[in-house]
Amino acid sequence: MHESNISRRSIFKLVAAASAAGSLAPVGAEPPKPLTRHFKNPLSDPDYTTKQIPWDLPLEASELATLALLVDLIMPADESSPAASAIGVHDFLNEWVGAPYAENREDHDTIRGGVSWINTHTWKLHDKPFAAVTPDQQTAILDSICDASKAPPELAYGARFFKKLRMLTLGGYYTHPATWKSLGYVGNVPIAGPYPGVPDEIIKILGLEGV
Amino acid sequence: MAILTDRKSLREYDVIIVGSGAGGGMMGMLLALNGVKVLMIEAGRNYDPQKETPMFNTPDQAPLRGKGTADRFFGHYDATVGGGWQVPGEPYGDKPGTDEEFWWWRPRMLGGRTNHWGRISLRFGPYDFKPKSRDGLGFDWPISYEDLAPYYDKTEMMVGIHGSNEGMENTPDSSPGVLQPPPKPRACELVIKKYGKGLGIPVIPIHRAVLTEPMKGAEIAAKLFPNNPKAQKIVGDDMSNRAACFWATPCGRGCSIRANFQSTTVLLPPALATGNLDIITDAMVREVITDATGKATGVHFVDKLTRVDSIAKAGVIVLSASTCETARILLNSKSALFPNGLANSSGQVGKNLTDSVGSALGGHIPQMESLPPYNEDGAGGEHLYTPWWNYKIQETLGFARGYHIEMGGGRDMPSMGSLGMLDGTSPGIYGKKLKEEARRYFGAGIGFAGRGEMIPNEHCYCEVDPTRVDQWGIPTLRFHWKWSDHEIDQATHMQNTFAELITAMGGKATPRPGREALNKPGEIIHEAGTAMMGSDAKTSVVNSFGQTWDVKNLFLMDASILPSNPDKNLTLTVLALAWRSADYLLDELKQGNI
Repeated sequence: MHESNISRRSIFKLVAAASAAGSLAPVGAEPPKPLTRHFKNPLSDPDYTTKQIPWDLPLEASELATLALLVDLIMPADESSPAASAIGVHDFLNEWVGAPYAENREDHDTIRGGVSWINTHTWKLHDKPFAAVTPDQQTAILDSICDASKAPPELAYGARFFKKLRMLTLGGYYTHPATWKSLGYVGNVPIAGPYPGVPDEIIKILGLEGV
Repeated sequence: MAILTDRKSLREYDVIIVGSGAGGGMMGMLLALNGVKVLMIEAGRNYDPQKETPMFNTPDQAPLRGKGTADRFFGHYDATVGGGWQVPGEPYGDKPGTDEEFWWWRPRMLGGRTNHWGRISLRFGPYDFKPKSRDGLGFDWPISYEDLAPYYDKTEMMVGIHGSNEGMENTPDSSPGVLQPPPKPRACELVIKKYGKGLGIPVIPIHRAVLTEPMKGAEIAAKLFPNNPKAQKIVGDDMSNRAACFWATPCGRGCSIRANFQSTTVLLPPALATGNLDIITDAMVREVITDATGKATGVHFVDKLTRVDSIAKAGVIVLSASTCETARILLNSKSALFPNGLANSSGQVGKNLTDSVGSALGGHIPQMESLPPYNEDGAGGEHLYTPWWNYKIQETLGFARGYHIEMGGGRDMPSMGSLGMLDGTSPGIYGKKLKEEARRYFGAGIGFAGRGEMIPNEHCYCEVDPTRVDQWGIPTLRFHWKWSDHEIDQATHMQNTFAELITAMGGKATPRPGREALNKPGEIIHEAGTAMMGSDAKTSVVNSFGQTWDVKNLFLMDASILPSNPDKNLTLTVLALAWRSADYLLDELKQGNI
């Protein structure tokens, strides 16, 4: 299960980036279908200098506030990188769940429904919405749903929500350049002269001497 | 880029070229450099990579963090404009009874697919020109490797290809001094090389159309155009103005510093500088028109901006519209003299359609976890690859022909999928601990993709749909497809090989059966064969120069003319063939034969 997840999800990024475009589609990708837009638009004919989101952002302020809390619990600030809300990961989720694609439409229901579920669940436990309970109470709730294989059946909705939210948060967080140094990505800068190759330190670690 | 012609000033041209990609761009440049007046007609919009390329743009500056969608399949920053798997208002379909759904990639932009392609530039080898003689399947070419080798040299010098000469079977070396030096490998590529060795799988520098050092324009141009001072000056100056790769930003976005090859950055600028090339964009060709003697006289096109039809005339017509679009134009060019479409007396137009056999598998390599970071963006694509290595044991494999392996891994610019493996490796974790997990696993994934040779078969073809037109009133294509066991078994072999490699490196992988692992027909975007070259007018559409047997002043110059579709990616060969055809056409024009 884990291996097949890796192959289906990561392979596109790995090899498509490696062989540039035109080479590889993700297995199980959304099949091509006729576009409905017959006019110049920022998707089929992008202006790369201006970010344009050609769909509505559906989330209400109350939902965004809860999501800002949740994404910070998933990706809090530490010594080398910011909290998720500080770089707008909750706003990215708004953009994500508003998109018209099959994957996003499904995530729309999972994320919005999940925010409502977690508030309802918190009310039942503490007579307050998620945003109003103590950090310890918030953490306890997340602990009860963070691992789908261990969550009790009555919390399965929450576990499914958290699983999706965690992966979208990871994606939204680490695609922001403010996190790259902390993550260990030091590219996207020009280098003059020939490509320098692999540092000796890494050659040693991987035992690549003479390869 | 200086562009484009005033539409009202249409005059008579010597040559009309339909399409501005690899074939059309090369043909257009060479003709223009030799004083021929050329009109190029492009169905897409004008596109200027120097102004429009999103160099260094980060995912947060794009919708959905740049992730691929049905609208932008290879991601927001992919250099594809106006289309993709679908072009609004220009549908295609599947013929009832087909086994598979065909996917057809069409940008609508100047330079076509050369703006986003993978830049992999492998010469076809001697075996690839004579496949039928070797195993009885498919078709031999009317030419051999030796006929094209000088043009491969010239093309590589013109375009700028990095790589090495390894002297491997059916994996030709370039002539001395032709290639630019290969970039040093990245860590993941060396890991694959190390463990590939134990499995007998060679891993060598790939050839890609990326400059690893500045071009010596004057020197190269003097070799390429020995008796043409004007061409030397124009091309030499332009080459010297191209920058070498600065090891950042993926090639698929295009390249504003012109370090990689795009028709729009390498071929069209010198062609325009001659003053002999005019380009019309946003013009969709309906058909080639002919006179009562059967000679091509021009093309009938619709201006997409005004929806007004026009006719452009020339002494020679070259179709470089891409494999399937070229077939579509021919099939739609029906007349009393050519009731089955133009240049189709053989009945072969639209037939023999192939795409590369593709399948991929990835894994997580524990020894690559938590490595110290270094900049591994590299040349915007792979530095090493595996050429087909099983020629000696081909008979034992149960399928004909072979594939090469493309490979990637390490720390690319983070995308939405970069940390997808954490869903499996790190369940239940959040907070600071999840950040530690991200640092541990980022860059520890590796992926392999096979690109293999498909053998043409009678079930794979495109034809004009008898009942459907696009928004321009042009009858659409529909596709029919069936894989043979050769392709399915080859994909199984790919999966097993990739799993062996991943396992050897300490990862876990579950290979899938070939039938399930195969990419969609068309998905690799290596279509070929719909207007095959041959030595006999009865069984082929064009001669080895792309000249149609039926209409002497009609040439085809894209992958439609390829009789086989080796694993080695088509663009370099299309460019080399275009050069050979341009020489022939120039000679025929000079002698008054056309």
